[in-house]
Amino acid sequence: MFGNLDFDVIRRALPYLFYEGMTFTLTLTGLAALGGLIFGTALALMRLSGLKLLGRIAGVYVDFMRSLPLVLVIFWFYFLVPYIGQWVTGAARPISVGAFASSLITFIMFEAAYFSEIMRAGIQSISRGQPAAASALGLTYAQTMRYVVLPQAFRNMLPVLITQTIVLFQDTSLVYVLSITDFLGAASKVAQRDGRLVEMYLFAAIVYFTISCIASYGVRRLQARIAIIR
Amino acid sequence: MNYNWNWGIFFQPNPMGTGTYLDMLLSGLALTLKTAALAWVIALITGSIVGVMRTLPSKGANWFGFAYVEFFRNMPLLVQLFLWFFVLPEILPRAAGLWLKQLPNAPFWTAAIGVGFFMSARVAVQLQAGISSLPRGQKMAATALGLTTVQGYRYVLLPMAFRIILPPLTSEFLNTIKNTAVAITIGLLELTGQARSMQEFSFQVFEAFTAATILYLLVNAVVVTAMRFLERWVAIPGYITGK
Repeated sequence: MFGNLDFDVIRRALPYLFYEGMTFTLTLTGLAALGGLIFGTALALMRLSGLKLLGRIAGVYVDFMRSLPLVLVIFWFYFLVPYIGQWVTGAARPISVGAFASSLITFIMFEAAYFSEIMRAGIQSISRGQPAAASALGLTYAQTMRYVVLPQAFRNMLPVLITQTIVLFQDTSLVYVLSITDFLGAASKVAQRDGRLVEMYLFAAIVYFTISCIASYGVRRLQARIAIIR
Repeated sequence: MNYNWNWGIFFQPNPMGTGTYLDMLLSGLALTLKTAALAWVIALITGSIVGVMRTLPSKGANWFGFAYVEFFRNMPLLVQLFLWFFVLPEILPRAAGLWLKQLPNAPFWTAAIGVGFFMSARVAVQLQAGISSLPRGQKMAATALGLTTVQGYRYVLLPMAFRIILPPLTSEFLNTIKNTAVAITIGLLELTGQARSMQEFSFQVFEAFTAATILYLLVNAVVVTAMRFLERWVAIPGYITGK
């Protein structure tokens, strides 16, 4: 069954897999999580601002993104971003954006919808007395959010935010549909070049599995610590 | 924007000779729904079994449930589909592998099974949460009435737990529909796949994706509405979501 597997093919591909592929995957995951968190927090604040129009806009955006498959959104942005770039820069033709920029924009826009729901729950978990106390102290709305509400919301939601980032890490593999060399893309390119699909896909599965497992174990530890503090 | 809009494209014949471009998209929608339905059946059945195992008073069953969920949750769906599609036929005994490879509609079956098992881990987590959210007294009362473990689950715990987790199950069902789009990578021509090939044939990128987007939104709205009716229909008066 495993008799005619050639594990040397993995060893030879290791530098390519990790320097090219995994670097791309991890950079994309990190930047998309950061951008998604910032944009998502903004969306959550819009929804909770009490201004009807702002809240509606954010709500429609979040519901819209959450009802579409990520693959479709990846295609959308891949074709749309050059036109947006042309519109922003006023160029005569649709500008060409690199694969990395295109997928980064996609994941920030897509994940913001999910991060915003998490941050909304986090903000709502802060008791009403706190913003009231903050405004009694003379803090403005922005200061209340910046120094009182958001730090606590972020901290309470940290395990959920990291879990969502693990999901994001796995989802970045979908840039495969654009033939981008992320970790899975690299594995798949070697697999097809050398005709070694079994070895390469098994190896990719093990790597994803190990990283996600370690990360979710960390989340469980973190959750236990936060639970004691509260 | 120097893009040539052409909304009439939907009523022009597609190069496959299967009617118009609109027919192409609709056949994709049908395949999306068919795949999602089969995947959901798999997810619901295996997910329920594993979810129950995680709450049983047996260490072995707990451990199996934990390992099962971790296994299917910690790999990207795309990688899992590749394992089912490319790797499984190779590591099976020769005859079985050959039979798998020659299966008609292989992408469809692979997608349904792959998405189904992927989602089953999520269903299991939800069901476990639902069962453990019930007051401990319910299980004790069932035992006191002389119900066996199986009867206790069948008549007391599960009917309540499934009602509690109906809202999260709705979003898991929606996720199942969305996740079938990943099967585009193993050549399943579901809705996203058809929109993509329409774009390749006609060069009308934005029309194709707009149509697919609208269809996904419609499916979403129908499922959400239907589930709201179901929730109201199964609600127990005076309890949780009851009237």
